Amino acid sequence: MKKRLFSVLLIVVLLVQLLPVYASAEEVTINVYNWGQYIADGTDDTIDVIAEFEKAYPNIKVNYMTFEDNESMYTKLKTGGSSFDLIIPSDYMVEMLIAEDMLVPLNFDNIPNFAYVDETFKNPSYDPENLYSVPYTWGSVGVIYNSKYVDEADTGSWNLLWNEKYKGNILMFGNPRDAFAIAELALGYSLNTEDPDELRASYEKLKEQKGVVQAYVMDEVFGKMERGEAWIAPYYAGDYMTMADENPDLKFYFPEEGFNLFVDAMCIPKGCEHQKEAELFINFLCEPEICGGNLDYICYSAPISAAREYLDESMAESDVVYPSDEIIARGQSFSALSSEATSDMNELWLLVKISDKNTVLLLILTIAAILLVVFLWLILKVRKKKQKAIRCKKWKQAARMTPEQ
Amino acid sequence: MKNKWLSGPYIAWMLLFTIIPLGVVVYFAFTDSATGSFTLHNISEIADFLPTFLRSIWLSIAATVICLIIGYPVAYYIAHCEPRKQRMLQMLIMLPMCMSFLLRTLAWVALLEDTGIINSALSALGLKTLPLIRNNGAVILGMVYNYLPYMILPLYTVIMKIDPRLIEAAQDLGCNRKQVFSKVTLPLSVPGIVSGITMVFVPAVSTFYISQKLGPSDTVMIGDVIEYQSKKANNMNVGAAMSLVLMILIFICVGIMNRFTNESDEESMVTL
Repeated sequence: MKKRLFSVLLIVVLLVQLLPVYASAEEVTINVYNWGQYIADGTDDTIDVIAEFEKAYPNIKVNYMTFEDNESMYTKLKTGGSSFDLIIPSDYMVEMLIAEDMLVPLNFDNIPNFAYVDETFKNPSYDPENLYSVPYTWGSVGVIYNSKYVDEADTGSWNLLWNEKYKGNILMFGNPRDAFAIAELALGYSLNTEDPDELRASYEKLKEQKGVVQAYVMDEVFGKMERGEAWIAPYYAGDYMTMADENPDLKFYFPEEGFNLFVDAMCIPKGCEHQKEAELFINFLCEPEICGGNLDYICYSAPISAAREYLDESMAESDVVYPSDEIIARGQSFSALSSEATSDMNELWLLVKISDKNTVLLLILTIAAILLVVFLWLILKVRKKKQKAIRCKKWKQAARMTPEQ
Repeated sequence: MKNKWLSGPYIAWMLLFTIIPLGVVVYFAFTDSATGSFTLHNISEIADFLPTFLRSIWLSIAATVICLIIGYPVAYYIAHCEPRKQRMLQMLIMLPMCMSFLLRTLAWVALLEDTGIINSALSALGLKTLPLIRNNGAVILGMVYNYLPYMILPLYTVIMKIDPRLIEAAQDLGCNRKQVFSKVTLPLSVPGIVSGITMVFVPAVSTFYISQKLGPSDTVMIGDVIEYQSKKANNMNVGAAMSLVLMILIFICVGIMNRFTNESDEESMVTL
């Protein structure tokens, strides 16, 4: 009885969540889907962007969700089941989403603050007519290392990530596009190569690296680098600033072979329910003061020059966040790959991750185990038969012994 | 049966949330992602992942055996305590299950890391730090920790229900303690052992996350690959094919186990 009551309760609890939530008529909730650790939330004396927005527009609530990388976001959009009003993917992903007709053209009448955006960030190559996106931040990828353990002489190139000396203390990007970019740069290829041979060579390069890699991570890099659990990691320059705040031993450099320059941009995906409110949020984020306050927390570079005066001085003058033109000239940006190249890359990436040296041992062990099981089973069977035979014999003997009545 | 309708809700539940999704998995496994036409390509792609499958199975077998070795004495002990203490111990066993699986695993990371609690304490005492994390042992530890309650609880239930008169009878007939255990208690607890093994092995073999957090970079389990296929690579079809093959492998493993236990006890048949 008790059990039944419990299961009924359980069902009720599960069903309650299915009930629609009745909100007051004018209140609107927008679903915002952004990278993890990518908006100022009020900690460390920064502004709380979402709270400020909700204060400015009391009838709009923000339902904020995060993703780990562009690929997870894309898969989530593609498989459906959820509707987002605002997403903030990177440049090449925006291009891909436009090509697949998954974005809604923005109504720039609702985004007057777009005027603040620097000319260099308008009409970018990923959105040539600037119909679908408003830049959120820009930044670069470089190598973060712990100067306490890593010899200065080894730094300067991507090859540090292949250095046997630091085996087990090197982290690597946990997403295919960024990881392949590093291998491609180390091999001197373009970041946007679709040549199967070059992809194959990059795959071999990544496989070769696997022995020295501690783990393939995304935002876990923060904790691991800050605590000194790992010493070397390629990551986004802005995030280096956040980490360096916690651990001053951490240093950063732009590898000589070149590096990735990226823009993360705000877009509205098809299937959104509150386009106007989402556009108001975009507009709010473009306000120089808000943008400056927000970037003070996330430490990425501002596509709005006017925001720089609201930035912390150390940030505005940092040559990691705002590198010199000479360094920027070495940067390359991603463009969308064809779907064949993308799935090729995904597949090769998975092969990198599952590759392992002990395959033969594993196979031998398994075959041995299977043989053992079969052998044991046969022995059991034979023994049973024997026992049965012995028992039968005994019965027969017993039957013979007793004289028939 | 008179009370047949009582199982109605469960059957409906199962149809809706187990049978139909299973059908979807089968459908995805045999169709092409672009055209939706029938294909065996997804299944053939699994050949690359054979070592991953094998590794998952080996690690879970190790975890299951360790769970059994640790779990049996614990269950035996709890079953022979006085009722009040039993209830308390049972609570304690279930206590970790109140916490999220992810949190529990992350807690182990914090403990085992090179800069984690154990190694910091060791180095503070001037001792050498130990390589506790990022090896297969850590993965097995994570699985044992997470799934041990699923081993102890069925064992405890079965051992507790063993009729004490049978044990008294065995003692009367001249068995010493060791013989009582091996001739009465152990054979009678086989159903518990079987369901305990099933309940640990099945989730362990399809586990993910534990190996990502506690294992070395080359220990990828099949659960991680399925997660990657469906979460990041947008490749549901191959992911579904892998789930299907994994399911079949699990059935085979459980089937083998049942073959062995059937020899000794007809009633111990486990159906999944």
